Amino acid sequence: MPQDHLNDTAPADETAVPGRIWMARGAKSAISIPALILTAAFVGYAGLARGSGLSLGETLLMTGLVWALPSIVVLTGAISSGLGIVPAAIAVALASVRLMPMTMAMMPLVKVEGKTKRWQLLYISHFIAVTGWVYAMRNLPNMPREGRLPFFAGFGTALTSFVFCMTGIAYLLVERMPTVLAGALFLLTPIYFVCSLWSASRISADKAAMIIGLILGPFFYLYAPGLDLLWTGLVGGTLAYLVTRYMRRGLL
Amino acid sequence: MTDPWWWPYVMIVFAGWIATDMWRWLGVFAGGKLREDGELLIWVRSVATALVAGVIAKLILFPTGALEVTPVWLRMLAAVFGFSAFLAARQRVIVGVLAGEVVLISGWMLLGL
Repeated sequence: MPQDHLNDTAPADETAVPGRIWMARGAKSAISIPALILTAAFVGYAGLARGSGLSLGETLLMTGLVWALPSIVVLTGAISSGLGIVPAAIAVALASVRLMPMTMAMMPLVKVEGKTKRWQLLYISHFIAVTGWVYAMRNLPNMPREGRLPFFAGFGTALTSFVFCMTGIAYLLVERMPTVLAGALFLLTPIYFVCSLWSASRISADKAAMIIGLILGPFFYLYAPGLDLLWTGLVGGTLAYLVTRYMRRGLL
Repeated sequence: MTDPWWWPYVMIVFAGWIATDMWRWLGVFAGGKLREDGELLIWVRSVATALVAGVIAKLILFPTGALEVTPVWLRMLAAVFGFSAFLAARQRVIVGVLAGEVVLISGWMLLGL
């Protein structure tokens, strides 16, 4: 019937696109402004790593294996100050706790019930860091469910490979960079994070959490150093949740 | 006693890779059981967002490396100006970033740091 034929074409076509096409689309989308900004932030990090006495191999291994800039910065400080392996692991683990709720929040978006395999989720989870997460939370909901996981796999793989190469090149070139440029690269990360976090927040709880976190972060850093990130997240996040829940539904 | 050459690599694998990726793996195992719009997930997202916001504030207020020579008010001015420009430009991230950088670099030049 002609009507059925019509229904088969337009939107239904998008769900029939095979996974590898979605992967290629994801890889292509990795060429983006967030990716360029992240690259610049890692270029800034390459300067920090070289200044801290890390070798090129150590810098690159850390970039590829850890793939979360705050954790990488913490580990760099730990290695250069000769901190033991166990305290260093605790410090990095504390700086990375936020990745668990971030991953949890993203899983229902990419999972196709009864079809998605555990190893696929474990693979894409490695690419969850602020930039990729913000991009995913903002763009994946507009795609058909089947395409989301391969899209993000392609996006993450391409982005990490590119940043990995650029970090290595920057490490080799950084000594010729003027201080103003290095400083500008350092500031790029926080400004980028503020803007992209705001645009990725869908509901008032996210925005409230961001504002409260910005205030509580320095406060806990001064009064509870070491565990400050954890306190900021738990206290700030819970506060933001309770306040906006009260505004949404009243006391109960 | 000096550490052998491979020691930093052991640290990176254990204190870097495992200490970071274990949270992502835990998130994979725990995340499947949450509904996308459930109350628990709203709370979990709030906690994650507040944590990242804390990192951002620390990078601006207590930076390491090249930014250490700049006064704190200049960094805050650059961030506030960048974020305002981002909001004014219908939430275009690139506008915010460029506006913040212009303030930082102009201030840096004017102060002659």
